[in-house]
Amino acid sequence: MDIVSLLIQTLNAVQYGLVLFLVASGLTLIFGIMRIINLAHGSFYMIGAYMAFGLSSGITETLPAMIAVGLILSFFIGFVLEWVFYAFLYQREHLEQVLLTYGLILVFEELRSILFGNDVLGVPVPEVFAGSIPLTDTLSYPVYRIFISVACLIMAGLLYYLIRHTRLGMMIRAGSHDRTMVQALGININLLFRIVFAIGFMLAAFSGMISAPMTSVSPGMGNQVLIISFVVVVIGGIGSVGGAMVAAMVIAFADVFGKVLVPAYAGMFVYLVMALVLLWRPEGIFRKG
Amino acid sequence: MKTQSAVWKYWAILATLLLPVSTLAAEDGKLKVGFMLPYSGTYAGLGHAITNGFKQHVDELGGKIAGRTVEYVTVDDESDPAKATENAGKLIKRDKVDVIVGTVHSGVALALTRVARETNTLLINPNAGADEITGSLCAPNIFRVSFSAWQPSYAMGNVMLERKHKNVVTLAWKYSFGEQSVAAFKEAFEKGGGKVVKEMTLPFPNTEFQPYLTEIAALKPDAVFVFFSGAGAVKFVKDYVAAGLKTSIPLYAPGFLTDGTLEAMGDAGAGLLTTLHYADGLENAKDKAFRTRYAITYKMQPDVFAVQGYDAAQLLAAGVGAVKGDLGKRADMVKAMETAKIDSPRGAFQLSKAHNPIQDIYLRKAEGRENKVIGVVSKALADPARGCKM
Repeated sequence: MDIVSLLIQTLNAVQYGLVLFLVASGLTLIFGIMRIINLAHGSFYMIGAYMAFGLSSGITETLPAMIAVGLILSFFIGFVLEWVFYAFLYQREHLEQVLLTYGLILVFEELRSILFGNDVLGVPVPEVFAGSIPLTDTLSYPVYRIFISVACLIMAGLLYYLIRHTRLGMMIRAGSHDRTMVQALGININLLFRIVFAIGFMLAAFSGMISAPMTSVSPGMGNQVLIISFVVVVIGGIGSVGGAMVAAMVIAFADVFGKVLVPAYAGMFVYLVMALVLLWRPEGIFRKG
Repeated sequence: MKTQSAVWKYWAILATLLLPVSTLAAEDGKLKVGFMLPYSGTYAGLGHAITNGFKQHVDELGGKIAGRTVEYVTVDDESDPAKATENAGKLIKRDKVDVIVGTVHSGVALALTRVARETNTLLINPNAGADEITGSLCAPNIFRVSFSAWQPSYAMGNVMLERKHKNVVTLAWKYSFGEQSVAAFKEAFEKGGGKVVKEMTLPFPNTEFQPYLTEIAALKPDAVFVFFSGAGAVKFVKDYVAAGLKTSIPLYAPGFLTDGTLEAMGDAGAGLLTTLHYADGLENAKDKAFRTRYAITYKMQPDVFAVQGYDAAQLLAAGVGAVKGDLGKRADMVKAMETAKIDSPRGAFQLSKAHNPIQDIYLRKAEGRENKVIGVVSKALADPARGCKM
């Protein structure tokens, strides 16, 4: 591999890592901080993508308006979902969490089938980002991918700031350590967790929304991101936003360079890396205390 | 307690023994068709199209074949290979169907074909293209009215030779249909003096194509041959265009790349060249009549899957008609099906010795939402049926 290819593949890996982080970030909150095994995370991602399709083909064409409407809508859906279903799960066994969230996957898939059918759908890339930047004489880099990378970085920054440096973030961290104690201090822990869950849902839906123009909108698309999201959160160390970012990068580099250097084993390379990391640090890269 | 459950078990066995006799007596004179197709999940649309096409031909015959009223039994196979054997068993043992029509997913179809061989049940495969079905698994009671993976890809090899491409890179999902497609392409292309510079695969159903596109750009081949379908096809074509490769390195694929995906691709799909046994804009009366009637009955446009369902019914009618509805004359019926000339909307065809269509493969060009026919690439192309001892 020559130096130019190496640089471009590195760029590919970094960009893929950022997308992975964004897709997994919602799970970092819900699984990592609230400790709920949320198998429906992929469905949240799918809801975001279909929301992008619905909004772009019917209601609004401009990107900022679409994202704003989508974010508000998904925060609301997440808020209600927690109220109706997830609020009952905190004190339950993992098996019961798995059962409920798996049931939700089936419900969301069926709703998707009723509302949008089973065809493969597409969302056009927004006009502003439709161009490409030439890298070599044959290869160019789509502007929309750069936009996604920037969006991912902003989201990562906001999330880090929220959890580390705000009062809300302090309460979230305290709540994840000891629910009862936080409650005893006069904080409405139920409302707090409802908001965290809604943010988690919003992040998953947002990643689905902005990924939609780059991929396709189709049945079962959530299943594809579910496993890789869990891989990212587990490798990163449960509950660590920084860890999730590092893990996303590790996975992305393993995936891209696995495909280039050992193409025959590309399918298992990512999981091999995961196994090695967990052997080295069973609690994840950024384990706590 | 134990003895009581044992008694129940005997009753249950007795009941199942008696059941078939009574149902058989009641259904004399009917022709039971068992659809084993996907009616849920990703391939649900294909399952429905095949069913619609099949019923359209039976309706044209007045709901009867050789005087026997056609009755349908359906099983949703969910495109799940793990449930395939059980589902096939349901149709054969429980419903006692005369013929099974199935299915779409190749993994499910392979299991179904094995069951049909073992039980000597008449099977008409309306889609799944795995080479083995009319290759190593071929049998007198196994028929296919669609295609083998080999056919469209082999034809594409010739197209790319004619277009003077010398060095080609291939990319496909690493699973049997993808591998069979690439092998068939390579067979034709290298026989004609072309060279496959690099064969790349990625795990199914991974769609992170960027590393491969970077490699393609570095290798600078004359052209690229790929196998993808459905959602993966949409993402691949979008990525290929966004990487600026479409203008400098032409892209070719078997027709699955652009069938049912063009709308989702948007402008990215425009002008793509693919090969398949069906196309939009065929100039034949049969196709026009078929399309008009389908659009009126089902309020939507037919696709290649509807055509295959329609032809499955035509093949069955040819066989059952020849023995005047007497399915006991299996050998005569099979003979009639083997020699039948099927007047398909895709163009008339007959079956090969291994029971796969000998058919024209079209070159198509994507225009808007249609795969417009450009011409016939391979006239009466027959699958080599490797491993078939019949």
